[in-house]
Amino acid sequence: MSSPLITLNKVSKYHNTKETLSSVSLTINPGQIITLIGPNGAGKTTLVKIILNLIDIDEGVVFRSPDLRIGYMPQKLHIDQTLPITLERFLRLTEKNTKICSEVLEEVGIINQMKCPLSSLSGGEMQRALLARAILHKPNFLVLDEPVQGVDVAGQEALYKLIEELHRKLNCAVLMVSHDLHVVMSSTNEVLCLNNHVCCHGRPDQVSKNPAFIELFGESTNTYTTYTHHHDHKHELHGEVKLSKLDENGFSHD
Amino acid sequence: MIDVLLFALLAGIGVALITGPLGTFIVWRRMAYFGDTLAHSSLLGIALGLIFSLNTTLSVIFTCLVFALILVGLEQNKNLASDTLLGILSHTSLAFGLVVITLMPNVKVDLMSLLFGDLLTVNFKDVITVYIISTITLLMLVKIWDPLLAITIDEDLGRTEGVKFKLVRMMFMLLIALVIAVAMKVVGVLLITSLLIIPAATARSYSKTPEQMAFFASLIGSFSVVLGLLASWFIDTPAGPSIVLSAGLLFLISLTNKKNQ
Repeated sequence: MSSPLITLNKVSKYHNTKETLSSVSLTINPGQIITLIGPNGAGKTTLVKIILNLIDIDEGVVFRSPDLRIGYMPQKLHIDQTLPITLERFLRLTEKNTKICSEVLEEVGIINQMKCPLSSLSGGEMQRALLARAILHKPNFLVLDEPVQGVDVAGQEALYKLIEELHRKLNCAVLMVSHDLHVVMSSTNEVLCLNNHVCCHGRPDQVSKNPAFIELFGESTNTYTTYTHHHDHKHELHGEVKLSKLDENGFSHD
Repeated sequence: MIDVLLFALLAGIGVALITGPLGTFIVWRRMAYFGDTLAHSSLLGIALGLIFSLNTTLSVIFTCLVFALILVGLEQNKNLASDTLLGILSHTSLAFGLVVITLMPNVKVDLMSLLFGDLLTVNFKDVITVYIISTITLLMLVKIWDPLLAITIDEDLGRTEGVKFKLVRMMFMLLIALVIAVAMKVVGVLLITSLLIIPAATARSYSKTPEQMAFFASLIGSFSVVLGLLASWFIDTPAGPSIVLSAGLLFLISLTNKKNQ
């Protein structure tokens, strides 16, 4: 068995005197998909920043594998509207090789938007652009902060599919942050429920039965189901059903 | 007589060439007020230079850098709203500089020329100084362009990809200090920020990429210098304010171009 990519051992982080993270332990193994959930203010962002090595910890130990290559997809880009930038230039900020840039855009399905200004991309296309940038350097660990934010339901499903596909292709570990309890990828091996401390973690079906989880999120049935819902049609704006294999972004799903 | 105009033109364009590209970052990073504060602090730099009989360009660069460091340090402390903090520092340093300069014995300083620039008195030596500093600044900016752009778009993303964030930000501060030191002669302490942000904002409507915007900002800034100096020459208006006014007019014209907005 290969060694873990990153290990957190009893990590704590204080903000003023308040404990944002309390003794969090976490191990991420190669190829594993782990979903991080928790209410607002639970310290999800802080934990992600610690994993990305952006902030210092106050207590505990973080161990990183020497060959750890992280690809990070931020929650949202706040590009000032006075900054004109095309999708291609956005990728070339870190990768000078245009061929690699176009290959990656092909992979995430927005190659046609290559010369378009970033500001003209739709919500789904923007998330794909961020994903493209995250996988530019062939990471072995993808950190995705709310990857389907601002995307409609059909688009969300397509995006999750794409992430699964990239996970397979790159053979990388994936850490996904989500506050949406209703949707968890069917392929998630592990769920970590965070509320300043680790409430519970384990397989999705185990976590949903855990008393700590129920206390935090209530016992409304199906708060937590694996995502198995599929569309074989889509609804037009007027409500008529359109049989189609293509969603609005031109990506097929069934 | 014509060499007065020639030197003024050369110095003005030399400054505009670098305020354009650097100004784009001031605009993108929303640092107009930050730039203003540093520009105001340069008056204090002049005062210090006079007191200790140092080269005023060097003392201005030094003072601006110290202020930049103080500002960055204070910004980490989130207890004070950033614009309040900048407002306090900006006006205190301006007032302090004015008081110190007025109190100094045996020194007659033309305050108007410090505040609003004195482009028509530049000599050959000034022109050389402007081009040396502009060239250094431009080369440094080219060097840090990509990492600076990366952290401007998303700081966390840039840092995750390995941008040496503190070093790049420090270099950027140094560049601003250098540019303020040379731009002071052209438009004066009070109007420096306008030379940074107006050409950059004007260039926005004609640009598709960050680099285009930087290039057009240089061009538009230089054109403003030419227009302003012509006005100053023929209808005897003050040079610095005329340049800023020309830049403002060009900005108004650019608003009619909606193509890239």
